[in-house]
Amino acid sequence: MKVQNNKAWWLVLPVFLLVAFSAIVPMMTVVNYSVQDIFDHSTRYFVGVDWYKQVLLDTRLHDSLLRQFIYSACVLLIEIPLGIGIALCMPTKGRWSSLVLIVLAIPLLIPWNVVGTIWQIFGRADIGLMGWSLNELGIAYNYASNTRDAWVTVLIMDVWHWTSLVALLCYSGLRAIPDVYYQAARIDRASAWAVFRHIQLPKLKSVLLIAVMLRFMDSFMIYTEPFVLTGGGPGNATTFLSQTLTQMAIGQFDLGPAAAFSLVYFLIILLVSWLFYTAMTHADKTR
Amino acid sequence: MAEIRLHNLAHSYSRAPNGAADYAIREMNHVWAQGGAYALLGPSGCGKSTLLNIISGLLSPSHGEVQFDGKVVNQLHPEQRNIAQVFQFPVVYDTMTVFDNLAFPLRNQGMAEAKILAKVHEIAEVLELHPLLHKKARNLTADEKQKVSMGRGLVRDDVSAILFDEPLTVIDPHLKWKLRRKLKQIHEQFNITMVYVTHDQLEASTFADKIAVMYGGQIVQFGTPRELFERPSHTFVGYFIGSPGMNLIEVTACDGGVRFADTVLPLSPALNRRIAELPGKSLKVGIRPEFVHVWDGPNEDALCGEVVHLEDLGTYKILTLKLDGQLLKVRLQEDQPVPQQQVYLSFPAQWLMLYADDYLLESAEVLP
Repeated sequence: MKVQNNKAWWLVLPVFLLVAFSAIVPMMTVVNYSVQDIFDHSTRYFVGVDWYKQVLLDTRLHDSLLRQFIYSACVLLIEIPLGIGIALCMPTKGRWSSLVLIVLAIPLLIPWNVVGTIWQIFGRADIGLMGWSLNELGIAYNYASNTRDAWVTVLIMDVWHWTSLVALLCYSGLRAIPDVYYQAARIDRASAWAVFRHIQLPKLKSVLLIAVMLRFMDSFMIYTEPFVLTGGGPGNATTFLSQTLTQMAIGQFDLGPAAAFSLVYFLIILLVSWLFYTAMTHADKTR
Repeated sequence: MAEIRLHNLAHSYSRAPNGAADYAIREMNHVWAQGGAYALLGPSGCGKSTLLNIISGLLSPSHGEVQFDGKVVNQLHPEQRNIAQVFQFPVVYDTMTVFDNLAFPLRNQGMAEAKILAKVHEIAEVLELHPLLHKKARNLTADEKQKVSMGRGLVRDDVSAILFDEPLTVIDPHLKWKLRRKLKQIHEQFNITMVYVTHDQLEASTFADKIAVMYGGQIVQFGTPRELFERPSHTFVGYFIGSPGMNLIEVTACDGGVRFADTVLPLSPALNRRIAELPGKSLKVGIRPEFVHVWDGPNEDALCGEVVHLEDLGTYKILTLKLDGQLLKVRLQEDQPVPQQQVYLSFPAQWLMLYADDYLLESAEVLP
């Protein structure tokens, strides 16, 4: 007879409790809000999927969702190639390599709201070095009133803040390629482009997967930096999804729609990340 | 296709070398003739791979010249030397198919697609890669990958030489033998200079017409497998080639020959004269276990030793014996009687080699 020993389940309990309190309970609270209309302690109505319908039809959300996708796409399109490029140019040994690593790590260590403040001041036309210089050079630049300037500034700020992450990840990936691959390529008379295309890029795939996922998720949830820099303006030009959500939940105290929206937001991130992951690992399985 | 000449070549990995110990390659002169199949044989760390990388241009030597057909190529990069090299561990371009891998070096030199197709199929035929041609290289097994690596070297038939750096390390034993045969066939077919680095004497002698034995950063002997076996010109060759290696006994000069303990080995007058000219050198005699003559019984010419140990290896036996305090190994044929306790032996003069400071003394050699 097989001996049943269910005592082992007790050992799983701590992890179960941890996950429950950190993820499952808060998430179920949100689910709970998203299907009810709550007025006070005792007055609440079950509304089914009404909030979801409302959220999905809300044009303000459509606009910020579109803005969000464009923003994340720009971030990935700039930061990934730039990060790879920087990693390829980085010195591999000697004192210079340590120095470059330290310099690259600095932006990553600065808190988000400080980054926003730095760029807010840096871009001001009256006292900011960049804003003042541009205007002195005859280029009209004002991130507070011009939509294009606001977008460019928010993007440059993100590139400044996060390209280092991509570069450092790629640098570590490049260092892991054995020398013999480069030697074989020289013997085969491969061009520098062929070495990049057929050796470096394929070997960087796994670190690039991590870089793309991290940069997508982070940029898709961006809040603090544009909030500090432009406050979402001019108009709603740089109001991204999480800022819209915050306005809805805290500004207007519409907890029902905000909860429904949060879940939709979460599912979008999950879906896109899954798509990236599948697309980038898929090639391994095809013969 | 080219003759490769190494002229006063030396290499050190340290920037400011201090004495011989800092050199991976000690000053050498050597010629690999056009169209030869050569092996570069030696233990790990003797400088074989360094030498190969210098020939291909992956490393630039600290001293001396590398010449292809008399032209100095030191300044040329590997890309410009038109040389193929196969490495110890397989290198394939993961994202390409086997076909594209084999075509890669040809495309890089701008060959027409139709010609590439023909060349790739020819090499795929020889290496039996046909069924895999359209498979992605990353999905291959280690030996398939190594075949692809070799194929990329062999597909260019206009190369100056093909260098192999222990290419069969990762290959299954039965396939090893087959691939070595293949290489030999390809060599006969295309008449390209091939240099094959290995630490395995069997691999070296089945592949190569001539073997260069490397030891301590130098080529200590260059000759046919038979010459290496019969007349090792350095004690290391004697010890490294053959199984078991040569018996080496330290001796001192004495009247009419050399001696160890109470045993005197008479030498020819010519050799005796040579020894007299070389005072202070350390002397050794060497004889291969195959060449020690074992008598059936006592004999006036025979030396008498004690049996220590007998190993039966199936087709032959290895007898270990003690002669005047020296342990010697003797190879006995299966049908030869096995001596008990006492063994009577002699060293035929033609197989007895005399070494001074580890180099063979040739009685006819002119002094430097």
